[in-house]
Amino acid sequence: MANTVKLNIDGIDVSIEAGKTVLDAAKKLNIHIPTLCYHEDLCVAGNCRVCVVEQEGVKNLVASCAMPAQDGMVIHTNTHKVRNARRHVVELLLSEHNADCTKCYKNTRCELQDLAGEMVINEHMFLDLVPDKNYTIDNLSPAIIKDDSKCIRCQRCVRTCDELQHVSALGVAYKGEHMKISTFFENPMYEVVCTNCGQCVIRCPTGALVEKNYLDNVWDAIYDEDKHVIVQTAPATRIALGEDLGMEAGSIVTGKMAAALRRLGFDSVLDTDFTADLTIMEEGTELLTRLKRALVDKDPTVKLPMTTSCSPGWIKFIEHMYPEYLENVSTCKSPQQMFGALAKTYYAEKRGIDPAKIVSVSIMPCTAKKFEANRPEMRDSGYQDVDMGLTTRELAVMIKQAGIDFKELPDEKFDSLMGKSSGAAVIFGATGGVMEAALRTAYEIVTGREVPFKNLNITPVRGMEGVKEAAVKIENVLPAWSFLEGVELKTVVAHGLTNANKVMQAVKNGTADWHFIEIMACPGGCLGGGGQPIPTTPEIRKKRAEAIYREDAGMAIRKSHENPEIKQIYEEFLEEPLSHKSHWLLHTHYQARKRE
Amino acid sequence: MPNTKLKRVDIIFSEDCVYKDVLADNLKKSNEDILKDILDSGLRGRGGAGFPTGLKWKFTSQETEEEKYVVCNADEGEPGTFKDREILTRVPLKVFGGMAICAKVIGAKHGYVYLRGEYQFLKADLEKALEEFHSFVKELGFDFQIHILMGSGAYICGEESALFESMEGKRGEPRNKPPYPTISGFRNKPTVINNVETLVYAFMICRIGAGKFHELGTTDSRGSKVFSISGDTPIAGIYELELGMSLEDFVEEFGDGDTKAVQVGGASGFCVPRKKFKDTIIGFEGVPTGGSMMLFNSSRSMYNVLKNYVEFFEEESCGQCTPCRVGCQQLKKGIEAIKKGEKSAHYLDTLQKLADTMKVSSKCGLGQSVANSFSSIVDNFREEMIY
Repeated sequence: MANTVKLNIDGIDVSIEAGKTVLDAAKKLNIHIPTLCYHEDLCVAGNCRVCVVEQEGVKNLVASCAMPAQDGMVIHTNTHKVRNARRHVVELLLSEHNADCTKCYKNTRCELQDLAGEMVINEHMFLDLVPDKNYTIDNLSPAIIKDDSKCIRCQRCVRTCDELQHVSALGVAYKGEHMKISTFFENPMYEVVCTNCGQCVIRCPTGALVEKNYLDNVWDAIYDEDKHVIVQTAPATRIALGEDLGMEAGSIVTGKMAAALRRLGFDSVLDTDFTADLTIMEEGTELLTRLKRALVDKDPTVKLPMTTSCSPGWIKFIEHMYPEYLENVSTCKSPQQMFGALAKTYYAEKRGIDPAKIVSVSIMPCTAKKFEANRPEMRDSGYQDVDMGLTTRELAVMIKQAGIDFKELPDEKFDSLMGKSSGAAVIFGATGGVMEAALRTAYEIVTGREVPFKNLNITPVRGMEGVKEAAVKIENVLPAWSFLEGVELKTVVAHGLTNANKVMQAVKNGTADWHFIEIMACPGGCLGGGGQPIPTTPEIRKKRAEAIYREDAGMAIRKSHENPEIKQIYEEFLEEPLSHKSHWLLHTHYQARKRE
Repeated sequence: MPNTKLKRVDIIFSEDCVYKDVLADNLKKSNEDILKDILDSGLRGRGGAGFPTGLKWKFTSQETEEEKYVVCNADEGEPGTFKDREILTRVPLKVFGGMAICAKVIGAKHGYVYLRGEYQFLKADLEKALEEFHSFVKELGFDFQIHILMGSGAYICGEESALFESMEGKRGEPRNKPPYPTISGFRNKPTVINNVETLVYAFMICRIGAGKFHELGTTDSRGSKVFSISGDTPIAGIYELELGMSLEDFVEEFGDGDTKAVQVGGASGFCVPRKKFKDTIIGFEGVPTGGSMMLFNSSRSMYNVLKNYVEFFEEESCGQCTPCRVGCQQLKKGIEAIKKGEKSAHYLDTLQKLADTMKVSSKCGLGQSVANSFSSIVDNFREEMIY
């Protein structure tokens, strides 16, 4: 057992594991200490100073988030000195902050606003510094808006970008009064190494970093009678949307979400899960083809290991950081973009609708999907394949705007064409899910048998460990796949780009012998995506993951290749995986980008 | 200017010392003996904070890590302080000698001199001295190397943990404490970081013995100190004086006959007005200083003096913590607004409370000490702030 220390907070004795902080100890006692720069996912900065407390025998106040709990400490969290200091700190932050709250996208969802409310600050104690600041707003990116006038310099974004994502697109520049959070040479976000993952957005306590919202565009399209507005919903949205609408983390709201979308006025409520299943067919076949070329044809040009391509944050990361490995990335478009390309071709054709009149909207747990939808190569249907990518949060806003009582909605189903899916598609929303889904299908294609895991649950690739390796021995294969007899298929799964970087370093150093790599840009996979409800913590992500696997377990169909709509689309439209038509609509290419 | 009340001392720059002999002798001594000498001497850090040097060395020596460092803080950036420049110019080998003895005691193989960016001109001479030093320690068979790293002009990098960050190639921002450098310093290894002057005194204590040092000064402030004396004085310069003098005696010797106030300890120190000269002791029991003594005569506007200081801090705050970054801006803009009549005189009280908050809630010594000059000037020269 770890060593424990004993301290006293506000007159109450508490024991806590050595190495924990005063803040942790106070939490244990349910004593609320306000924080701003502190975030459970990040290293301690101790720079906002809102969490200061009084320690007996120490002249100055101490930052409870940064102060290790020590034996015999006597702490007071609510003294005159503490209150004064905290109030001053919040007043100071407000004096530097563009506090035009009613015109802020984060209005009512801002940690600084909450704190000011808690302290009942209703006048300016200090001078307003904002007019002299020359703050800039960077709204050039299709995904993320950076508004320096809202920034409180807590550096959560900087730590996120560095520690969790190994990107460091955001850093601290200048000192003193000019200190700010900036990009390389203060270039706009869309020109720098930013992957648009939005992990900074879900950790920004204020409105300094927010997604670019497309709410008005979507409403305009819905109200336009000439338009046929369809919507697709990503796997991870259905287990998180409820959090923004008054429900517990881990609530499964698939049916309510479909009902809400219908009530919002979408003409057809469809599912990205359908194209997640389709991704498995295409990507699985691509992997088997690469393996055949490597093992049978001994083709030296074939690139292995192959990596997944569902996560647009990961795609931008590898384009910047490891451009020499772009050919290792599966050419499959992400499920969002497969859906978009099919919406204005297959769907339009089957439903007899002019594709020019289709407005294709996606609901994503992601901010990078906004960037992806705007990539110039994503126009294979002859139109922009996905017109607007919304985050889970934006959908929650629309539902509130429409006055829908979400919790009381009945469960409804998705519409039928491109609306059916399997449990394999749902688990795309969790780290390891694509790998598990791919193995369920590929193993069965090759051997004619189900994967040798109880209830199809491939547990080695599940869970929140940063890098997970799994190997599957392929035996007694069907005759067509005899070249795989006895092969041990080696896979690795990583989530969060810092872990992705570890995997790529191993690939680069030649110390890895994996065949297939799954990478998701965000911690926990899409369920922890930058478009998901705020806040995000390890605990919340764990609950979302449990919900995803519950949803999978409850599905009638658990394997992508058994989805009847998948069979149908190959019979009626695509012919077979990697067909000419598939290549045209479902596959893409990447571009090397500079690392700056 | 003869004066019997102030005692001139000649330890730091004394030529009665062959550094080679001192180093050779002391490297033969036991660590315990050296530590005992440094502890017994009562030497406290000469950078300003005044932590007992012997304890710092002792704590670091007790750490079991293989890798340890000794760092010489030569980022002399406090306005009005220029004594380390003189020491490094005249007796660099004593500085290196102090580092070597410390390295022996704590078990370090590498030492670093973090040299203020503006002291680039000293670097060539220091490197030359270092060559001589390295060949001598090699001769002695002592495994120790000193490297010189340049600062880049940020005042905050004189704060020890920001200095480590800067040495590691990162942005110079102070760290959270604890852990302290004796446990986790440069590269997160146990590190002794001492001011230039402290290292020379440590070296000289090893030469003259703890007793000779201890008999100088007062109970809380043993020994002597090198002062950087500037401002309205006819004899500005570097002086080594016994600690514990009264400010009255000091002004009598160094003032121009019209001294209105003395800023003790630079921009982050305290302003003492004429009426308090008599009761003010220069030392840790009174007003401590890292060496800077700035004299102001009656022609000076204390508003301008204060504005100059807060402008300096507004610029030199690293910007990471709220009280310091925004507090400095508010203090500066606040006194400007009062002077212009845009804010009432009562606003000075609000600013005083803000300064108090900065003192107790800032992350590092920079933000914590802004209140020193702010409060002492506003308290003593309130009318000059308003009219």
